[in-house]
Amino acid sequence: MLLGPSLAISAVLFTLGVAGVLFRRNAIVIFMCVELMLNAVNLTFVALAQGLGVAGQVFVFFVMAVAAAEAAVGLAIILAVYRHKQSVSLQNMNLLKDG
Amino acid sequence: MTGTAVDLIWLAPALALLGFVLNGAVAFLRPTGGAKTLVSIIGVGVLLGAFAVSVAVFSAFAGLHPEAPVVFRYWSWIPVGTLQVDFAFQVDQLATVMLLVVTGVGSLIHLFSVGYMREDPGYARYFAYLNLFVFFMLVLVLGANFPVMFVGWEGVGLCSYLLIGFWFSEHVNADAGRKAFIMNRIGDFGFMVAMFMIFWSTGSLDFVTVFSHAPTALVAGGTTVTAITLFLFLGCTGKSAQIPLYTWLPDAMAGPTPVSALIHAATMVTAGVYLVARCNLLFALAPISGAVVAGVGALTALFAATIALKQWDIKRVLAYSTISQLGYMFVAVGTGAITAGIFHLATHAFFKALLFLGSGSVIFALHRAYHATHAHEDAQDMRNMGGLRRYMPWTTALMWIATLAIAGIPPFSGFFSKDEILTAAFARGSAQPVWLVFWALGLVAALLTAFYMTRLMLYTFHGPNRTGEKEQTHLHEAPWIMTGPLLVLGLLSAAGGLLNVPELYHGNAWLHHWLEPVEQPSAALRPDAHLSQGTEWMLVGIAVAVAVTGMVGAWRLLKPEGLVPAGRAPAERGLERMLRNKWYVDEIYDALIVRPLVWLSREVLWKKIDQRIVDGGAVNGAARGARALGWANRWFQTGQVSVYVAAFVVGVLLILWRAMS
Repeated sequence: MLLGPSLAISAVLFTLGVAGVLFRRNAIVIFMCVELMLNAVNLTFVALAQGLGVAGQVFVFFVMAVAAAEAAVGLAIILAVYRHKQSVSLQNMNLLKDG
Repeated sequence: MTGTAVDLIWLAPALALLGFVLNGAVAFLRPTGGAKTLVSIIGVGVLLGAFAVSVAVFSAFAGLHPEAPVVFRYWSWIPVGTLQVDFAFQVDQLATVMLLVVTGVGSLIHLFSVGYMREDPGYARYFAYLNLFVFFMLVLVLGANFPVMFVGWEGVGLCSYLLIGFWFSEHVNADAGRKAFIMNRIGDFGFMVAMFMIFWSTGSLDFVTVFSHAPTALVAGGTTVTAITLFLFLGCTGKSAQIPLYTWLPDAMAGPTPVSALIHAATMVTAGVYLVARCNLLFALAPISGAVVAGVGALTALFAATIALKQWDIKRVLAYSTISQLGYMFVAVGTGAITAGIFHLATHAFFKALLFLGSGSVIFALHRAYHATHAHEDAQDMRNMGGLRRYMPWTTALMWIATLAIAGIPPFSGFFSKDEILTAAFARGSAQPVWLVFWALGLVAALLTAFYMTRLMLYTFHGPNRTGEKEQTHLHEAPWIMTGPLLVLGLLSAAGGLLNVPELYHGNAWLHHWLEPVEQPSAALRPDAHLSQGTEWMLVGIAVAVAVTGMVGAWRLLKPEGLVPAGRAPAERGLERMLRNKWYVDEIYDALIVRPLVWLSREVLWKKIDQRIVDGGAVNGAARGARALGWANRWFQTGQVSVYVAAFVVGVLLILWRAMS
């Protein structure tokens, strides 16, 4: 039942997400890539739930709830950073180094 | 258990300990007002109680006529394999004599302290320490084995330290306390080594067992018993202030004067004599040690007497005099004349306590006089005294009795005891000539004793007064609470000789017969020494002649009129200066031992081992290593989130790869 194609799409989406996080500079784009990775995992859960029981589907709801909360906090942080630095580029955010 | 009053012996130290606890509580809580009366009642009361117990024990014990000591085992203290140490007390003839001296003289000195220390803010603390001292002294005297005795031995050392540094806010007093403590530690090392060797060779530490096994377990004159006794004597030189460890005693005069009388004259410093008397059997088995004890004693007697000749501090004269008299006691116990040693211990406790308390009265009077005129003169310097007999007639008369006693003028107590020591040394000299040298040293020391004591009396009480014009109106006799104990001690100093009037004067030699069970086992091991009556009379004649020469010589040679107060006195020259500076012994010790030790500690232990190796190598090395590691790792920390994420992804991939393959 389309298990193979589902998992393949999920893997592609996840890889895209990772690549985005690694190579993009814009914080909002990185944030969207993180969401992409979460949803790739959600797709895996749903696909596998077909054969392994509904626990996977329940898990998806949890992940979505957490992702929503994360989105609220994350966007707020990005907004605060933008007000502070007039930029959302991660290149300008290297306070961890040397102070 | 004997079913008599002897069973109550535990009560004597327990009372003193109770006094310490109660007075200590008062000192700790510091109640406002009225506590001084309570402290006086407790402090003196427990001592009088202990004295009453001692008298009861003594009379009950005398009624028993026992040949062996009565031992009370209270509880098992150190049960380790074959080492079985009980907390036990032992009552025998020697212990009862010491018991009476300690509690009797102790009571009088406690009474004197009530007057002397009245104005002191540390009154309760003082009596707490004093009671604690008596407790430990009684444990020392009554202990039935070496460890219990050692507890008392250390305890009196602790109290001595606490009381020397009683006025610890002045640095020099605290230093004097530390000096006493450290010097005593050297002696204690000897005591402990001796204990280990005794256990190793006889398998026990109980006095009764050790002394019954010793003649068979130890070879007479052998290396072991000689080493044991020499180590024991090292302990004695510390506690009883003999060459080479005597230098702490003169400095110990920094404490209150009644403390000097009780601890540093009458009781604690005689602990060494008591120890040798207690172990007289061991010393009899080691003739070399006996000679060492007597020799060191004789040398100390003479050496300390020479220093006493030129001291100006009234208490320092008495301190050196104490060292000198302790030397006599060691001559006696080293010779094997235990009775003579203990006899002199008792009479010395009487007259030296009297001298110290008398000097306390004098210092008290001068201190009050200078206090009244707000002068800052030395209240202990004899150059600031003179002519005090007009102001303090009682003290003068009583101090003269003590002086005649210590100088050895018949029929005062010191004459009998000192004469017995010198006679014993001379008698031993007929078998071993080296004792004749000890006798001669003792005789010269007797001459000097008579001289410096007369000098002290002359400069303090006679001649013109040098205290000062304004101060003279403030000089008074001490209150009766202080003069009363002096009177009793004066009586004892005058009549103390009755304890042991030798058969030469048709006396009954009571103390000699009393101590016979203690002395008997060792007497057989020593060469028999008996003098003819004619020789004994000749020795008495020589001793009296020497004493009279010393006193008359001092009276004729010294001119108190020529003295000037301490503040304007010129410096001494030549031999006088050498004696004034105590033969520079403190300086020699300083150069030979203290300064090399300080140098070793500072230059090697501190600057090399501590600073370089411990601080530099271990502590700073660890810190430097951690910093180097951090320095190497900081290159990975770019601050770019994407780099961290990349590292994280690589890590996850590696883990996945490991998990799959």
